[in-house]
Amino acid sequence: MVDQSQARLMKQIKFLKAQDVVFWFVGLFVLAGAFLILFALIYDMAQTGIPRINQEFFFNFPSRFAGKAGIYAAWVGSLCVVLVTALLAIPLGVATGVYLEEYAPKGWFSRLIELNILNLAGVPSIIYGIMALSLFVYQFGLKQSILTAGMTLGLLILPIIIVTTREAIRTIPNHIREASYALGATKWQTVSSHIIPYSFGGIMTGVVIALSRAIGETAPLLTVGAVAFIAFLPTAPVMATAPYVSAQWLMDPYTVMPIQMFNWISRPQEEFHVNAAAAGIVLLSMTLVLNALAIFIRYRFRKKYKW
Amino acid sequence: MVKNIKAEVKNLTFSYDKASTGRPVLNSVSLPVHEKSVTALIGPSGCGKTTLLRCFNRMHDLYGSVKYEGKIILQPSGFDILSNEVDPLEVRMKVGMVFQKPNPFPKTIYENVAYGLKIRGIKKKSYIDDKVEDSLKKAGLWKEVSDRLKASASALSGGQQQRLCIARALATEPELLLLDEPTSALDPISTAHIEELVGELKKTVTILMVTHNLHQAGRASDFTAFMYLGDLIEFGESSQVFTNPKEEKTENYITGRFG
Ligand SMILES: Nc1ncnc2c1ncn2[C@@H]1O[C@H](COP(=O)(O)OP(=O)(O)OP(=O)(O)O)[C@@H](O)[C@H]1O
Ligand SMILES: [Mg+2]
Repeated sequence: MVDQSQARLMKQIKFLKAQDVVFWFVGLFVLAGAFLILFALIYDMAQTGIPRINQEFFFNFPSRFAGKAGIYAAWVGSLCVVLVTALLAIPLGVATGVYLEEYAPKGWFSRLIELNILNLAGVPSIIYGIMALSLFVYQFGLKQSILTAGMTLGLLILPIIIVTTREAIRTIPNHIREASYALGATKWQTVSSHIIPYSFGGIMTGVVIALSRAIGETAPLLTVGAVAFIAFLPTAPVMATAPYVSAQWLMDPYTVMPIQMFNWISRPQEEFHVNAAAAGIVLLSMTLVLNALAIFIRYRFRKKYKW
Repeated sequence: MVKNIKAEVKNLTFSYDKASTGRPVLNSVSLPVHEKSVTALIGPSGCGKTTLLRCFNRMHDLYGSVKYEGKIILQPSGFDILSNEVDPLEVRMKVGMVFQKPNPFPKTIYENVAYGLKIRGIKKKSYIDDKVEDSLKKAGLWKEVSDRLKASASALSGGQQQRLCIARALATEPELLLLDEPTSALDPISTAHIEELVGELKKTVTILMVTHNLHQAGRASDFTAFMYLGDLIEFGESSQVFTNPKEEKTENYITGRFG
């Protein structure tokens, strides 16, 4: 028999409330600590770096003189590499996610693949670099090119895109699929007019977060040979004379933002460290913009569908 | 009441698991479905009503290895729905279905009704427009939505959504319309609406309807089939089944002694 007396009940409630307060404080404390550390890091970098950021910094190539050095090659390189990454990883990742959710028969085999993809998402990025070095650089003979870098990062973020695509698709209730099939729709008709449109927001959120991770990756690109000192841009993709378009840029050497940073920070002179901090601020802004975009997309689409 | 037979279930035995050797979920069920009338499937929970209904449009095929034995013949063509040579897509093109929970697509009202036509490759705008209007009228929804066809279907009430789902199924002119407890998620007024609608629709379509509500079966159906544990116990005109059942199990069920 439970003791139901009023006094006991009040005591119990008081205890539970105290418990709530304790956890509230613990949570707040941890959160505040994390914020403080993050803020201190950013503040430190911003204080050193922001005064260095001006137009020349964006449009100068690296130089022996810290004051003249800029990030032109680095941000153009980053954009080119991310473009290749996106073009490879988005179609492949989304298609794989859709296949695994909607087409693949559910059985031990698809579970095995699922497990492997989850594991791939956890493999350290340097391992991807080493694999890409032997496969893309040596086997395929792609050298230290933008294409190699884009493919390497594409592989790296592929599992993220696959996993987020699958999660986005899983939020679509089954009765929507059944409604479509019951009308006589094929799998592809169901996927193209329902599954992909309804999960588009979730998929894009995952894609943008994956790309923002790709922009900041350093280790795998060091292994596949990003060059730190580049004083020219990749070949222009369009030109004034026939054949007007060129894919030569894919095979050009490159550098990217984090590698430029890494290069500057490893020099002994203090002035280069200022450059590194400034480049860090630019890189951080790039990823923040992407993350904000992801939040925006998620917010827009979450409101759109209520099942 | 003399009606032509639209569909005929012949000795249908069904299991969800191909390898299963135990008791099948449907056990040698045979049942006629009369043309342009409403046939109600009743029986206690878990007796296999939904399972039987979903055989009619091969819905089970979406979920892997199931086992059908027997036939469901569509008349007058003699088309066997369950035949291995028949593509489930072809079946679903001929047989429409409305589900227990209203499940409109999160698209516009117009797009919902037009979807069945779209996937059949029909592109002619004027034809689709006419068909959408016609189906919405048949589903008794036209008056309420004619001025907002481009509005999202999710904004409709539950009862309106269910009528939209009926309109969506009607747009493709199915030979047979399956309803799985179409009113169980609705309030009494919407339920009355749908029942009225079913009475209207049977002038043009053949309807097979699962229901838990015996009053509904009594009111809205011409024929009633009573199922129990995967067996078809009794089939007859509703007036007869409800007033003068031949089987003791049927009588116990409709008088509320079990189920
Ligand atoms: N997907 C499935 N896989 C395996 N067994 C199933 C599946 N769906 C239903 N069953 C089983 O088949 C039997 C009949 O289920 P069914 O859903 O057809 O019953 P029902 O008559 O529609 O019941 P209710 O009135 O509760 O909707 C039940 O014993 C159920 O457990
Ligand atoms: Mg059921």
